[in-house]
Amino acid sequence: MNGVLVVAELAGAEPRPTTIELIELARALRRQGAGPVRVALIGRDVDDAATAVAALGVDEAIVVGVPIPHFEAHVWQAALEALIAEHAPAVVLAAHSVDSLGFAAALAARGRHGFASDVTALSWSVGGLAASRGAYGERLVAELDFPGKDTVVVLTRAGAGFGAAAETGATSSDALAAAGAITRLDVELSGRERTEHVELREPPRGDVDITQAELLLSIGRGIEDAERIPELRELASRMGATLSASRPLIDAGWIPPAQQVGQSGRTVAPKVYIALGISGAVQHLAGMSKSKTIIAVNSDPRAPIFGVAHYGAVADLFDVAAELERQFS
Amino acid sequence: MKVLLPVKQVARLEDDFAPDGGATVPVEELEWQLNEWDAFSLEAALELVESVDGGEVVAVTVGDEHAEEGLLACLAKGADRAIRVWDDALEGADALVVAAVLAAVVDAERPELVLCGVQSSDAANAATGIALAGLTGLAHVAVVKEIALAGETLTVHRELDGGEVEVLRVALPALLTVQTGINEPRYATLRAIKQARAKPLDTLALADVGLDADTVLAAAGARVVRLRAPERGEGATMLDGSPAEIAERIASIVREEVAS
Repeated sequence: MNGVLVVAELAGAEPRPTTIELIELARALRRQGAGPVRVALIGRDVDDAATAVAALGVDEAIVVGVPIPHFEAHVWQAALEALIAEHAPAVVLAAHSVDSLGFAAALAARGRHGFASDVTALSWSVGGLAASRGAYGERLVAELDFPGKDTVVVLTRAGAGFGAAAETGATSSDALAAAGAITRLDVELSGRERTEHVELREPPRGDVDITQAELLLSIGRGIEDAERIPELRELASRMGATLSASRPLIDAGWIPPAQQVGQSGRTVAPKVYIALGISGAVQHLAGMSKSKTIIAVNSDPRAPIFGVAHYGAVADLFDVAAELERQFS
Repeated sequence: MKVLLPVKQVARLEDDFAPDGGATVPVEELEWQLNEWDAFSLEAALELVESVDGGEVVAVTVGDEHAEEGLLACLAKGADRAIRVWDDALEGADALVVAAVLAAVVDAERPELVLCGVQSSDAANAATGIALAGLTGLAHVAVVKEIALAGETLTVHRELDGGEVEVLRVALPALLTVQTGINEPRYATLRAIKQARAKPLDTLALADVGLDADTVLAAAGARVVRLRAPERGEGATMLDGSPAEIAERIASIVREEVAS
């Protein structure tokens, strides 16, 4: 087997936590027989990161030197096409991140590779690769295989617990002691369709810092009516809570962007997180699941938020809000 | 300016559906609606065409007859015409198969711009649009939350994690995947809804776009072996009782935990 190629994402000279998780998953696939683990580091100054990655129990860290300091989708796509041509990996592993969304499906479609995104479980056996992901808005799980595909591009959901699962069953033959080789690959970039990076812009700074709050009262689509927001703001203030919200209320312009909890907003971990009328999309859960105590009130008993909440109530949020008002007056 | 707008009629499971171990869901267990993201890509397409004083917005979908309702909704809001491509062999098609069909439509229509939603709310692959860009060689940007057009160049804002934004320039022809919240989608008037049926809506077979089922299905990225119910963790401790009783429990949890 030609192994697993991990696409690293870096924060400065360090691999991101999602990349460490991917490397642990790749090592688990190696133990299951998928072959060697290689990690691709694409960028202008990635040598320090390559040294760090080579010490993580991988067989090879590959430096793909490109002349730009930041992510560009077409550059990463060209780099991965060259890496696949060179190593013919059985599996290409990348995070289901906003960067990967810009190139991975194009890579798979052009190369006629296997493909699965937002994957929550992955394993290797003599029958090849098997993956699981959500279906029908996370109501079901689809179990996938990839018949006839020599290379499969897989995007994994961050925080799906791959790292923890990969640690169990580690053997001495999988020791971290020997550092992997560091190699280089040059990529031809001319003649590719291009986008031109202009600049990065920091998120707007609001009056409220929801990441510092011990108690967050967070509201979502279940509110349904902008006119109900003042009473919830008043409730938050009575409870000594900071008001935050899920994406639909920011999209609708009802709540400022600085108060958005989730992947594209802020990541929070208060002592108590109260979710009113938030169903719990994956992107929202990514931003709040580390809260110490999560209390969810939702009228839909199937809402995914109940899967991460410590306490839940199936009820009309305004009925509960009115009673909470009484409790804190 | 011609904008091609791939849309999807998404499926929602009936509340009481329980999987039986098969790889598909019986059609009577599904309700259909236009994908949430596609309302935003449609609005973006209409605004762009209006801003350049002319052009055409062509909505296209790969779907069975349930998908016509979604196309009619696009026509009612202002799309000029619509195309539905279908073959029964496409039942359960994944994002790469749909992209292969759409690529043939792009080749035939030659749009200056293709606007897709970032993802569909049912499958949530977030892959069809960018796979289409890969197959057609169009320059592309994923997860766009602002679009401005000057001449033949788009300046777009790409959404990053944590509220950060990357500003990029991309020359036409191009493909963008559009994020929710980029604009405020318009509503269709009753009159426009009635008139939508008078607008052109072409129903095409695979052969009409120069494809055959075997070739297209070979593009699939994966095979669904089985659909099953998710494993439930320990789950939440449920607070039962009246709203007053629930609120009392919440208040006591809050007081205890925040004080600790």
